Amino acid sequence: MSINKLVANPGSPAIPPSQRKWPPELSIFSVLVGVSLLFEAIGWIMNGQSFIFNADRLQIIILQMSVIGMIAVGATLVIITSGIDLSSGSVVAAAAVVSASLAQVSDFPRAVFPHLTDLAPIWPILGGISVGLIIGLINGVLIAVTAIPPFIATLGTMVAARGFAKWFTGAMPVSMLTDEFAWIGSGVIPVLIFIVLAAIFQVVLRYTRFGKFTYAIGANRQAAVVSGINVNRHLITVYAIAGLLSGIAGTVTAARAVSGQAGMGVMYELDAIAAVVIGGTSLAGGTGRVTGTVIGVLILGVLSSGFTFIRLDAYYQEMVKGVIIVAAVIVDQYRRRKRSR
Amino acid sequence: MSATTTSESIQPGVGPEDVVPLLEIVGISKSFPGVVALDGVQFRLNAGSVHALMGENGAGKSTLMKIIAGVHSPDKGEVRVRGRSLVFGGPLDALNNGIAMIHQELNLMPYMTVAENIWIRREPKNRFGFVDHRKLRRLTEELFERLAIDIDPEAEVRDLCIANRQMVEIARAVSFDSDVLIMDEPTSALTESEVHHLFRIIRQLRAHGKGIVYITHKMNELFEIADEVSVFRDGKYVGTKKAAGVSRDEIIQMMVGREITQMFPKTTVPIGDVIFSVRNLTVDGVFRDVSFDLHAGEILGLAGLIGSGRSNLAEALFGIVPATSGTIRIEATEVMIDAPAKAMKCGIAFLTEDRKETGCFLTLDVLANMDTAVLSRGYTRLGIVQNRALVRDCELMSRKLQVKTSRLSEIIQNLSGGNQQKVLIGRWLMIKPKILILDEPTRGIDVGAKAEIHRLVCELAGQGVAVLMISSEMPEILGMSDRVMVMHEGRLTGILDRADADQVRIMEMASR
Repeated sequence: MSINKLVANPGSPAIPPSQRKWPPELSIFSVLVGVSLLFEAIGWIMNGQSFIFNADRLQIIILQMSVIGMIAVGATLVIITSGIDLSSGSVVAAAAVVSASLAQVSDFPRAVFPHLTDLAPIWPILGGISVGLIIGLINGVLIAVTAIPPFIATLGTMVAARGFAKWFTGAMPVSMLTDEFAWIGSGVIPVLIFIVLAAIFQVVLRYTRFGKFTYAIGANRQAAVVSGINVNRHLITVYAIAGLLSGIAGTVTAARAVSGQAGMGVMYELDAIAAVVIGGTSLAGGTGRVTGTVIGVLILGVLSSGFTFIRLDAYYQEMVKGVIIVAAVIVDQYRRRKRSR
Repeated sequence: MSATTTSESIQPGVGPEDVVPLLEIVGISKSFPGVVALDGVQFRLNAGSVHALMGENGAGKSTLMKIIAGVHSPDKGEVRVRGRSLVFGGPLDALNNGIAMIHQELNLMPYMTVAENIWIRREPKNRFGFVDHRKLRRLTEELFERLAIDIDPEAEVRDLCIANRQMVEIARAVSFDSDVLIMDEPTSALTESEVHHLFRIIRQLRAHGKGIVYITHKMNELFEIADEVSVFRDGKYVGTKKAAGVSRDEIIQMMVGREITQMFPKTTVPIGDVIFSVRNLTVDGVFRDVSFDLHAGEILGLAGLIGSGRSNLAEALFGIVPATSGTIRIEATEVMIDAPAKAMKCGIAFLTEDRKETGCFLTLDVLANMDTAVLSRGYTRLGIVQNRALVRDCELMSRKLQVKTSRLSEIIQNLSGGNQQKVLIGRWLMIKPKILILDEPTRGIDVGAKAEIHRLVCELAGQGVAVLMISSEMPEILGMSDRVMVMHEGRLTGILDRADADQVRIMEMASR
């Protein structure tokens, strides 16, 4: 007998292949359907028209939410490691102003970089993404090396990145952008970017070693260290990815608005975190899926669109949204307590 | 179900029937979603006695105690205190009826002082309604004097070592002046001398007519402190015996419902060459100048009191807290181990002492708990996990280790301690180690799983794996080791051959 034999001993497995269970997204998906049907009913009663079966409205919901969605995909990874990233909204602003500054047309006299105008769109895109990546790396290094809590580290970069965006633009909008750059924010392009990113990270989390280690670190950091995982390097990578995705979101935001402004992306981090939590990812770390986050993003989109549809006052909308976010966390804790008994 | 126990042992306690017991449990049942935790069990505790409660993990001991302490409410049955049937609305209710419980997990507030922790909710007040700190201190000092505990009442709890926290916890329970004290494995974090101290306290309480329920896995504690012992198995009551008239084997048989022929199935295997050689290993301020050789096929026991540096040595060998000086050679090649990944690359595996803190990923499934270590070394192509091969090999491993679970996708939290431990051992066997470091491999797991783990370790040694096994349990050290290494206050005090090793000599070396 060798240890080899312990592993390579053939025979019928004692454990039957895993029994089919309902995917965990089912409950959150039913919430999405329920909320949509609620608005549908109110729509027919109040306005005599359909809420769901309206192509324009559906497109607007998805378009509006695709930027939040890109951030939320990164936030899902971060929250699975039991961390948090508060900087993503400010990263959107920083990436938006930097990418916009590299996308200005040459016949604009007040360009930020008068010698860098009419560039191919790849340069502003790379610029915006790099800003996100750099801030994400700073987050990761702060959290991994100095071991300060992610909340504090990203609170710092949140304030600093917003300040950077204001300084960079002198609080003026960066406008007059090339049509080629504006294209990536037009039509369904943002939606496609969101879908592709969500698909990539769904695969990464479920089928790669990187994904498995992400869950392990969130479930028990000490045990992950002892199992030979380079936890610091992994955390830096996760925060860098989250920054990078926020950078993409900022670039797309600038392209959509055909302008970069320091006031962009305010509170986006909170919408993204809310979507992640509503989608069933636990703030305690160790569990969660991108598919849930996508549904969470759609729920937020349906809510804000639906509130407008039934002509709910904008201030009420925010109050109701706040209640829903808290309710989602309460349900999440309740579910976990039930499981751990 | 309990076919193996003799008929006369099945009776509700052995005390005289006419004496009203302090505490009596009649026909309690309790189920949680999916499991029947208790099925019509009974139990009686007489005043002025220590009643041990034994059973494998999952036998229902902790659930029963939580019902007595008011944490859970039973589905069926009665809790009687001094003959009165009571229904508790919560732990406070139980406390007010003279039942105090010392939980297995410590429940102290780290940023408050010892005195504040003990008297919380009952603080003495001055005439302005503020806490009277002088009186608080005096009360605590009186209490500690009575129990011969030497801890500063004004120290913050977070600055205390685990053993002292345990003492504070015990003092708090005693301070309620309860008639019934429930202790759930109180000695798991205590050193030998502290255990003796605890036993002195228990005897004192018994002499004052208190009833003590003592949950334990340790057989020698049973014989040292208990008057009676009740055994549970699979949520059922098996029987009660006088501790004086019962044998170790009898208890084990009641617990497992089958006969365990040999607790330590030590097989003599040929000892091979030195494959792991440590010289003058030092971690500044923790331990120094540790030198030893480990041979292929050898089980080297490492004994020592808590705080002797044994676990620190293991952590240094595995690169968690790298050594500050000294050398490690593997098969005559000097290696530099400054991270767990490096140790793994050298063929070292390390099962840590604390299953919950540094072992399990509690929210993840069995597969994710078993594959963590090996994923750094295989089963991936371009970062993508080769799921089919991984699942196949993990299933074989899980079968080989007799992990009792229906599927690999079961969340590990739902497994018993023994099965969790087997999964963690599986995690390390997946990397096919040459050197296996085990820190308290059988702590807090039931007798059956314990024997299985012992057999497995011997089997691995038989295959040429070198094993370094840290244990606080003397029978385990003596029963399993080819040689025994003893540490005391950060130094290696000696290495004994199997033939020369006995309890007295090891204790001498560990405490000189």
